[in-house]
Amino acid sequence: MSASTQNSAPRELVRLEHVTKHFPVQSGFLAMLLNRGQIPAVRAVDDISFTIHQGEVFGLAGESGSGKSTVGRLVLRLLDPTAGRVLFDDIDLVGLKAEEMRRLRSRMQLVFQDPLASLNPRMTIGQAILHPVTIHLRNLSKAEQRRRVLDILTAVGMNPPECFYDLFPHQISGGQRQRVVLARALVTNPELIVADEPIAMADVSVRAQLLDLMMNLKKEFDLTYLFITHDLATAKYVCDRIAIMYLGKLCELGPIHDVYDHVLHPYTQALLKAVPVPDPLRRRSEPMPAGEIPSAINPPSGCRFHPRCSLAVDQCSQEAPPLMELRPGHQAACWMAK
Amino acid sequence: MAADNLFSIRDFSVEYHTRSGDVRAVDSVSLDIRRGEILGLVGESACGKSTLGKGLMRLHRVPARITGGQLLFDGRDLMTLTEEEMRTVRGGEIGMVFQDPMTSLDPVQRILEHLTETIHTHEPATTEEQARRRAGELAEKLGIRAERLPDYPHQMSGGMRQRVMISLALALRAKLVIADEPTTSLDVIVEAKFLDLLRDLRREFGLTILLITHNIGVVAEVSDRVAVMYAARLVEIGDVRKIFADPKHPYTRGLLRSVPNIALDGGELYKMEGAPPSLLYPPAGCRFHPRCPSVMEICKRENPPMENVGEDQQAACWLYGRKEGA
Repeated sequence: MSASTQNSAPRELVRLEHVTKHFPVQSGFLAMLLNRGQIPAVRAVDDISFTIHQGEVFGLAGESGSGKSTVGRLVLRLLDPTAGRVLFDDIDLVGLKAEEMRRLRSRMQLVFQDPLASLNPRMTIGQAILHPVTIHLRNLSKAEQRRRVLDILTAVGMNPPECFYDLFPHQISGGQRQRVVLARALVTNPELIVADEPIAMADVSVRAQLLDLMMNLKKEFDLTYLFITHDLATAKYVCDRIAIMYLGKLCELGPIHDVYDHVLHPYTQALLKAVPVPDPLRRRSEPMPAGEIPSAINPPSGCRFHPRCSLAVDQCSQEAPPLMELRPGHQAACWMAK
Repeated sequence: MAADNLFSIRDFSVEYHTRSGDVRAVDSVSLDIRRGEILGLVGESACGKSTLGKGLMRLHRVPARITGGQLLFDGRDLMTLTEEEMRTVRGGEIGMVFQDPMTSLDPVQRILEHLTETIHTHEPATTEEQARRRAGELAEKLGIRAERLPDYPHQMSGGMRQRVMISLALALRAKLVIADEPTTSLDVIVEAKFLDLLRDLRREFGLTILLITHNIGVVAEVSDRVAVMYAARLVEIGDVRKIFADPKHPYTRGLLRSVPNIALDGGELYKMEGAPPSLLYPPAGCRFHPRCPSVMEICKRENPPMENVGEDQQAACWLYGRKEGA
């Protein structure tokens, strides 16, 4: 059981220490020579550290190419970091043997954006959910395994579960498919769910239902979420804390309301202002940062946001700012932030 | 006072022929696009908004066919034109911007050539020199630096490609731009800049824009009026400020309340029950009635007509319509 102690200091479930992930860029022999043997790399994640507490919804937000999905995969060790340590419940995942990793995997699950791509079209819903049960809960009898699948289908609101058990993914709606993906993730009783844009594909009217379901499941199953999203409006409704990424770096991290109400980093400021407000009386008038996100192969020196930042001074282009705690539990990587 | 309508769509219907039966994706839609306005057309997936957008340019492809209606564009009924005539309208008077500009741009043609070719096709009298100069001016207005013009489409970012698409429409001096989910594949900051551009273009060129999107925030940000579609039908249309302040149709109400709002302090999102119906077997009467919190007997039998529900606001709902004997 995971709910051991609930005292003032929250238990750390996940800890990233100076994690870096570089993807080498494919290049020819000539390019190798010209680069003096150095293979250029996409610096997807560059020296980031943070912790996720047991029982919280930790948001990780940023634009395309910021590295947020790579972080999600590193947390589950679907990718090995180039440098740094990833700890799950104080166990260092890097260097764990395959069998040890498999046992640990039942405690962490992943939910992707596109449920149709995550479900095998030739497996029924029942089979899809049963699959992880046969791997991780081998000691249960056949009848108990089936019972478990039916129970979890009920828990995600697929009622009555017997009606859905033998259907194929294409026979149900998109919202229901995402419920099936959640059911499959929950069936092994995990502690951590990494949800990578879990509702981005769903329509507005279905999104609210899915979010509500995710929050109810969290309570019911005592879950911790790493909620990866580009949607800062939705994040405000579900996250307890949020981290903002830009070009492989964390630029801000803190309790959700403190980050939204007392923005410290100019990039976070721009992101929050850019979100269109569904109210024609509150149209945005603030200008947006110039230019576009630079390449992660040759990121700018110093603070990676400095070429687009209106507050940038000389120091910003020379020295990369570390994350500094400027308000209680609220850190930012900006030389100008106070 | 009659508004100055650039495009009047009357009882317009589009059907898809499928193996399981005919699907009416756009069902007797009537609406006006006023000269110089940005009209937002919103709805969820498969409500028919994109089919309507394509249908307006008669760009629909084989399993789809227009089964009725009038398309009065700037004094002419587009339904009566030949395919040849339609092509000059499409390229010349109505421009298009789609969600994925990569599929609309020729991958082996430079951006500059896209622009000059478009100018030449529609204005054969222009010299190469004039076309180039105009292309340069347009690009500059749209924030595309001159040194990027010799680039190929794949060398540009998504936001830049959308700017190129708009510049093509402007190169033609289009009267109307139909933009179908133009910002959906863009990141928020790029999206915000693109919306600024749309606003500037409308002001500077008097461009009329039909903005088709599922993003309620985008509609609130730039449109003058908004039209809401549900299950192939128009359910509400009117001034954007009025509809957001006081939505009349229960679907519009539910839709607006279920959108996360970053300007509000948390709270709970409204959950609309159920999901949109299959258009193969649409419910009888008002199509929203199985999900509607204010459903009445008449809603299950009869389709409500569009009625005035306020100044510059119309809705198709029996709560406001004529109820004989009620």
